Amino acid sequence: MVNYIIRRFLILPFILFGVTVLVFSMIMMLGPYQRLSTYINDPAQLKGGDLDELVAKYGLDDPWYEQYGRWMGGVLQGDFGWSESAGQPVTEAIFSRFPATLELALFAVIPVVMGGIWLGVLSAVHHNQKFDHIIRIVSTIGWSFPTFVFGLMVLMVFYGILGWFPPGRLGADAAAVVRSAEFIQYTGLNVLDGILNLEFSVVIDALRHLIGPIVTLAIVWWSYILRITRSSMLETLRKDYIRTARAKGVAEKFVINKHARRNALIPVVTVAGPMVLGLLGGVVIVESVFGYRGIGQYAAQAAQQLDYSGILGVAMYFSFLLILINLIVDVSYAVIDPRIRLE
Amino acid sequence: MEWKEILTRLLKNKLSLFGLIIILFFVLVAVFAPILAQPSSEDEPYQIPRAGWQVEPQPPREGYPFGTAQGSYDIFYGMVWGTRTAFRIGVIVVGLSSLIGITIGTISAYYGGKIDEFFMRITDVFMSIPFLVAAMVLTTILGKGLDNVMIALVTFGWMSTARLMRSQVLEIKNEEFVQASIALGAKDHRIIFKHIIANCIFPVLIQAFMKMGSMVITASALSFLGVGAPQGYADWGQMITFARDWILGGQGSALKYWYTVVIPGAAIMFFSLSWNLLGDAFRDILDPKLN
Repeated sequence: MVNYIIRRFLILPFILFGVTVLVFSMIMMLGPYQRLSTYINDPAQLKGGDLDELVAKYGLDDPWYEQYGRWMGGVLQGDFGWSESAGQPVTEAIFSRFPATLELALFAVIPVVMGGIWLGVLSAVHHNQKFDHIIRIVSTIGWSFPTFVFGLMVLMVFYGILGWFPPGRLGADAAAVVRSAEFIQYTGLNVLDGILNLEFSVVIDALRHLIGPIVTLAIVWWSYILRITRSSMLETLRKDYIRTARAKGVAEKFVINKHARRNALIPVVTVAGPMVLGLLGGVVIVESVFGYRGIGQYAAQAAQQLDYSGILGVAMYFSFLLILINLIVDVSYAVIDPRIRLE
Repeated sequence: MEWKEILTRLLKNKLSLFGLIIILFFVLVAVFAPILAQPSSEDEPYQIPRAGWQVEPQPPREGYPFGTAQGSYDIFYGMVWGTRTAFRIGVIVVGLSSLIGITIGTISAYYGGKIDEFFMRITDVFMSIPFLVAAMVLTTILGKGLDNVMIALVTFGWMSTARLMRSQVLEIKNEEFVQASIALGAKDHRIIFKHIIANCIFPVLIQAFMKMGSMVITASALSFLGVGAPQGYADWGQMITFARDWILGGQGSALKYWYTVVIPGAAIMFFSLSWNLLGDAFRDILDPKLN
C-alpha cells in the first residue's frame, strides 16, 4: 500500500505540470492582444497605454516556452490576471465566490450520496420486484434529464407556482442582515454564519435558496450512485459468505446491513472521482440557472462575455481542486481495499 | 454473440424496443426535415424563421403548432431542424472521440511499459479539468459556433473510452488465442485488428450509446450557457435559452409560457433516454449477470 501511495504522489507533479501546459496551450490559441488580459492586473493599464507597447512589455511575441515560464511564475503566486466580467483580479473574484459554491457543494453532496446509496441498496434487495423496476425506470429518466432543463422546471414549479424556493443566494431582508455591522461573517457560508450569529432568519432564508439547486443536482446524481450501488450490491449478495450467513440463520436485516452493504460500498468509493468531476460541471449549470452567485455562475458569465482570463482561472482552480480530491479518493481507496495494493 | 441475435433480443426487450422506436422517430424527423418544416431560404435551412418581431413568446396556433419563442422564433421549425443538429453533434462527437479513445487505449495496453505510462498520464491530465468547464473554455477561445463546440467536446471527450479500451485489451491480451498468434509471428496490426479490437468492441459500443445522449446534453448545455450555437440557429439547447427569461410565467399564470421549455426539454430528454435505454439493454444482453 505504501508503494502505491508513494507512486500516486510521484505522479502528482506530472499531472499538475500537464494541466498547466494544457491550459497554457489554450491561452496560446488566442492572439497576443486577447492574451493581454491574462497578464495585466489593472484595467487602467489597458486604457491609456499603447497595446503594442504592452504586448512588447509582457513579451507576448516571445517564443512560447519563455511565455510559459513567465505565465507560470504568475500562476504560482496566484496571479491569473484581470477579469473583465468581474471587474477585479481573477483570484479575488474566485475567492469572493468560493464560500457560496462550497456551501452549495457541501449541502448537495450529503443528500446525493446518502440518498443514492440508500435507493441503490433498496433496489438491489427488492431485485426484480415492482419497487426495483420503478426505481430503475425513474433513474434512467433522471440520468437522461439535462440538468439545466430540470433546474428550469424546478424554478417554474417551486418558485413560479408555489413561491417556495426563490432563485439567488439570499432574499433582500436576509442579505441586509448579513451585510449589517453586527453580523460577523466567520466562514462566508450563510447557513453556518447564521447559526453562529444566532440569526435564524438568515439560516432559513439561505436554506430556502439552496433547496432548488440541491434538488436539481440530486436528481441526476442519485440516478448515477444508485446504479453503481445497485449492481455492486447485487454482486455482493450472490457471494458465498452471504449464503453462509443466511444459512446459519442470521436475520435478513443483519445480512443486508452488516454483511453485504459494507462490502458493496467499496466500489462506490471509486466513483467519487468521476462524481466530483461531474458535480463541478453541474455546479456551473445549476448556479447559472438559479442565479446563485458562485464560482460556476462566474465561469458562465465570463464565458459569455469572452472574459478569457476569468474562465481560464476557473478552469485552473477547478482542476487543482479535482486533482486534490482524486488524490484523496485514491489514497483512501487503497486503505479501504487491500486488493488494490497488488496492482 | 452474433449481431442478429443481439438485434432480436433488443427487439424483444420492451425498454430497448421503446428506445429504438424513439430513435427511429427522431431519424425520420431528421430525414424529412425539409418536408416537415420547409426552410424559407435554401442556403440557410438551419436559421430558424421568425414569425414577426414580437419579443414575448406566443402560444401554439395555426401555422405554428408549437408556438413561437422569445423573439418570435418558430419553435416547431427549431425542433425539427434541431433534430438534425442533435444527430450531427452526437454522431460526429461520439464517433471521433471513440476513435481517438480506441486508438490510444489499444496502443497503451498492447505495447505497455513506457508507452502505456505516457498515454495514461496524458489521459489523466485531460481528465483533470472538469469536462463541462474544459469544453466551455475551449469553445470560448475558439469562438461561438457548433463546429467549435464539437471540436471542444471531442478534445475532452475521448478519455473514458481510452481507459475502458485499455482495460479491455489488457484482459484479452493474455488470452490463449492472442498469445498463440503472437507466438505464430503474426504482425502487430493483424493481431490488434483481427483479434483484439474485434473482441473488445462491445463494451466500447455500449459506452458509445451512453455518450450519444450525454454529448448532446452537454452540447445543448453549452448553447444554454451562451457559448454554443449562434443566435437563431436550430439547436435544442438554444430553444431552451429562449425560454430562460419566461420561465416564471406572466400575469395570471405561472405556466403561461410552458411550451417554450417543455417542448425542447422533452426532445433532449427523450433523445438521451432512448440511447441510454438501448445501451442498458445492450449491456444486459452481453453481461446478463449484472441485470
